[in-house]
This record gives sequence, C-alpha cells and structure tokens, in this order.
Amino acid sequence: MTVKELCEKTGFAAVCLPEPEREVSGCYCGDLLSWVMGRASSGQAWITIMSNINIVAVATLCDTAVIILSENVALEENVISTAEQRGVNIVSAPVPTFEAAKAIAGLV
Amino acid sequence: MSRYYYDLHIHSCLSPCADNDMTPANIAGTATLAGIQIMALTDHNAVKNCPAFFKACKRYGVIPVAGMELTTAEDIHVVCLFEELEKALEFGEEVDSRRIRIPNRVDIFGDQLIMDDEENVIGTDEFMLPNATEITVDEAPDVVKKYGGICYPAHIDRQANGIIAVLGTFPEYPKFTCAELHDKEKITPHLEKYPILKDKQIVISSDAHYLWDIRDADAYFDLDDEPYSSALVRKRLFEKLRGE
Repeated sequence: MTVKELCEKTGFAAVCLPEPEREVSGCYCGDLLSWVMGRASSGQAWITIMSNINIVAVATLCDTAVIILSENVALEENVISTAEQRGVNIVSAPVPTFEAAKAIAGLV
Repeated sequence: MSRYYYDLHIHSCLSPCADNDMTPANIAGTATLAGIQIMALTDHNAVKNCPAFFKACKRYGVIPVAGMELTTAEDIHVVCLFEELEKALEFGEEVDSRRIRIPNRVDIFGDQLIMDDEENVIGTDEFMLPNATEITVDEAPDVVKKYGGICYPAHIDRQANGIIAVLGTFPEYPKFTCAELHDKEKITPHLEKYPILKDKQIVISSDAHYLWDIRDADAYFDLDDEPYSSALVRKRLFEKLRGE
C-alpha cells in the first residue's frame, strides 16, 4: 500500500505528500525522538504526537514512509516546508495513537 | 574580577517532588554553608517562592536569582532566569495562564507549599505544577525574553525531560546561548558528541530537591564586579549567560 492509498483508506488528511507513491510496510508508534531514532525502520508509518521540527530529521534518518500525527496535532509552517524539501510525507489523524494504529493495522 | 560560585537550579517545597524541608530560608542558609554566592530558585512552572527566597538570601548574604524550571509542551525542561524579581513574577502569571490544570494529588506527588521567609506556609498551589505547559521549546526563548530573562535546556545529560532525549539531539534552533549539565564529568563527552555545544556556555547545577543535594561550591564564573554591588554581579551573570 502506498502513502496515498493509506490516506484514501483511512481518511487521514494529507499535510504534505512529496512522495505519495512511497510504499508503507509497517508501523511504529513513539514520541521520544531519541528512542524512535534507534527503533523505527525504513518504510514504516511512524505515528507520533511530537510536532517539533526534529521529527523531519528523525523520519529522514530512519527512512520512514510517512509521519502520522495523531490527535490532530498542529504543525508550524516551517516544519511542513522542511518536510516538503526533504521528501518527508506527513499526514494528520483526528484520533489518538492507538486508534490511528488500529486504522492501518489491517492494511500493512 | 572575582570568582563567584553558583548553583542556578534549585527546587523549593513548592515543587511537589522536592522535600518540604526545602524552604526558601533553609535553601539560602544551606547555600551559605556550601560556599555558594549566587543561587537561583527554579521551581517547576512556578515562581511563587522567589519573593521569600530573595528576603532569606539577603539575610544570609547570598545573591539570589529568580527563576523557573519550565516544562515545555514537548516535556522538555528549560531553566528560565530573570534579572528582576518583579519580571519573574509577571512571567509566572503568563505561565499560569498556559498550564494544563490537573488537581495535585498530594498523597501521590507531594505538597506544593508557598512560604514566606520565616518558615510560614502562606499558601499552596492546588494544580499539579510539573506537567507540560502549552509553551513550546521553540517559543520559550521569546516568551522569557519579554520579561528580560534568559532560558536554556536543563540537565541535557539526563534521559528524563532532557532536550537531547526528547528531540534526539541538541537542536540548532531555537538558539540557546547556554546548556545545563548535571554532572561536570559529562562535559567532555557531550562536547565531542554534540559539537553544537562548543560555542555555548555550559552551566553546571545541582537540580537539588533535598537539602543534601546542594553541593559544596564547585562550579563558578569569574565576573567583573567593580564597583561592587549585588545588582552589578547579577547583571554580569546575565551578560555571561547571554554570551555578551
């Protein structure tokens, strides 16, 4: 399933999708970036509530397919523009992390 | 130029996790015994024991600094220090308006006591103080600056609420002129691992929650204090922290 298809199937809103055809192979949930850095892996959808710009750096480092911001967490404009430049997909989910993970559990 | 031993991160009995013996008067007295000349009171998201701390420090001949350990929206601890007590109190009001109000469970978390300088409890804060505020780490320096203060990440060498643990590294932005470490032994490894720290003033402080956590004088700044006044020392301290 691609990130674009993930948005269509879950109804999660695209915040920025510079690479919509990126394949999603699994899921990782976590907010403490030092922890996520060592554990999220390439191709995963990473669900977090962390909105700091460093999420873009961590997503790049781990090569995750998409960042899913749960609970409609809002992002500063500079986070979105940096993500666009670095080719990092971000989508927004209106539900808590557990519900967001459940929504994609059957899809990946 | 004179040498000033400092501790710029101390909790009083207003922080629920700190011992009730951490009264403003006891802290000031212990600073004197420890040989510390400049001490900042930095309770979690609160400044209400600073007035008593200032009075007690005056009696003991310690130069007080009004401060707060702010918890940002990302759960990062940031030390905020102010040149003037009044401004610190105003900052406290802004933080109060941006706290997430959860009633404090004294039986679980501990008392949050507001004291005068003569060991009397004059009030309590009913809402849990240390939890995250709505102020993000990105906006914290600007908010603090409005009140003439300076802020920098606390105990970056610790996992719990340290900026490196939360954000994965020491960020380039917002620009901090200082970084606080709890252990001076960790300065060298941190400078090697995070080169961004090399142009920052490293501050070593105890983060004391108990009287016995207050260390004997060790960390110091050399400050130009002629003609001497405590106001001038405080001014020079802030210049040092701002990298001026």
